[in-house]
Amino acid sequence: MPAPSRLMFRIDFNKLRFLVCDDNPHMRRILRTLLHSFGTREVHEAEEGATALEMYSHYVPDIVITDWSMPIFDGLELTQMIRQPGSSGNPYVPIIMLTGHSEKRRVTIARDAGVTEFLAKPISAKALYQRILSVVANPRPFIKTKTYFGPDRRRNTTAKYIGPERRNGGDVEILQQPSLLDKARSSS
Amino acid sequence: MKRSQPPVLDIQSFADHHIITQPNPLRAAVRQIDPRDADDPVARAEQALAGLSGEFQSWMETECERLAAAHETMKLQGVTAATRNELFRAAHDIKGDAATFGFPTAAAAAESLCRIIEHAPDLAAVPSGLIAHHINAIQAIIREKAGVDTTGMAGELSRKLRGVADEYLTAVNRDRPEHLDAILAPSIVPGR
Repeated sequence: MPAPSRLMFRIDFNKLRFLVCDDNPHMRRILRTLLHSFGTREVHEAEEGATALEMYSHYVPDIVITDWSMPIFDGLELTQMIRQPGSSGNPYVPIIMLTGHSEKRRVTIARDAGVTEFLAKPISAKALYQRILSVVANPRPFIKTKTYFGPDRRRNTTAKYIGPERRNGGDVEILQQPSLLDKARSSS
Repeated sequence: MKRSQPPVLDIQSFADHHIITQPNPLRAAVRQIDPRDADDPVARAEQALAGLSGEFQSWMETECERLAAAHETMKLQGVTAATRNELFRAAHDIKGDAATFGFPTAAAAAESLCRIIEHAPDLAAVPSGLIAHHINAIQAIIREKAGVDTTGMAGELSRKLRGVADEYLTAVNRDRPEHLDAILAPSIVPGR
């Protein structure tokens, strides 16, 4: 008797529109090469945050991939500008922060700015594919509080969180996903 | 993806927060495939990346020139926000790119330099040789890559630089616990 076949899924990259923001032309070239190889046709590129924000409004990308450290208007500020709940653009767009920063506190700062996924350089095709697969296939709900608007930051199973940003009212919702930090640690 | 009407949002309101869920707008980009489908987009991308590898050496040389130029500007104009930021960004780019381009030991030396720039309380007071040694090491690693196999020596050089830099940073930050914690915290990138 044949074994039951396992369902497999793949992303149709040719249906996705990307906006890439990185001030380094070599890294933009790498990203463009990887995304086109995955099958993407539309990759728009910006070399700093302000241009990226304009392109974001104009092209309405499905996914934003941004560096953090850039002159004048960086990737963190870009994320904060996109994550404005009342904005005319799409504040729910998945944002993948691709950065040379590799410290735990940076992951926390990026998460609190509303980043969807964090990918520490050096980049690999596999790690980038996995981040894109994650945001396409498993989008997280958004949370809006007085101080935060962005993807749900809860990723673990503890219901005993007593930190300053503990939510009040309603049951605790749990997302069975590894944290951004855990994912960053196993990115290669 | 085809752009149509804004998605219908499901909003649950609680005492101090809202949970907003929308139908997955990218669902149409996920398709089921036959398990026998041999197409591997990751392997295809790795192959394309390998096709670019002939350019990596010259890219790294360009990055090194930018780093050296930023250091020269800082020496001429002194430590200002602009000169500090440009030196940091040049080092930070090498830290992020070099391993992808086949120079992991240059990335390690660049990371050590980034830590000095980020955590030294007064960049102007950093011993002049410490920054210069890092830049010279990065340049040497890139330059010698095409010659003999220098991985062992380059790795040793990077480790020694990191040791000296960490010793300096630990000493000058002994009264700045937030910096000391960051200096002593392990990297989230495996192997660093």
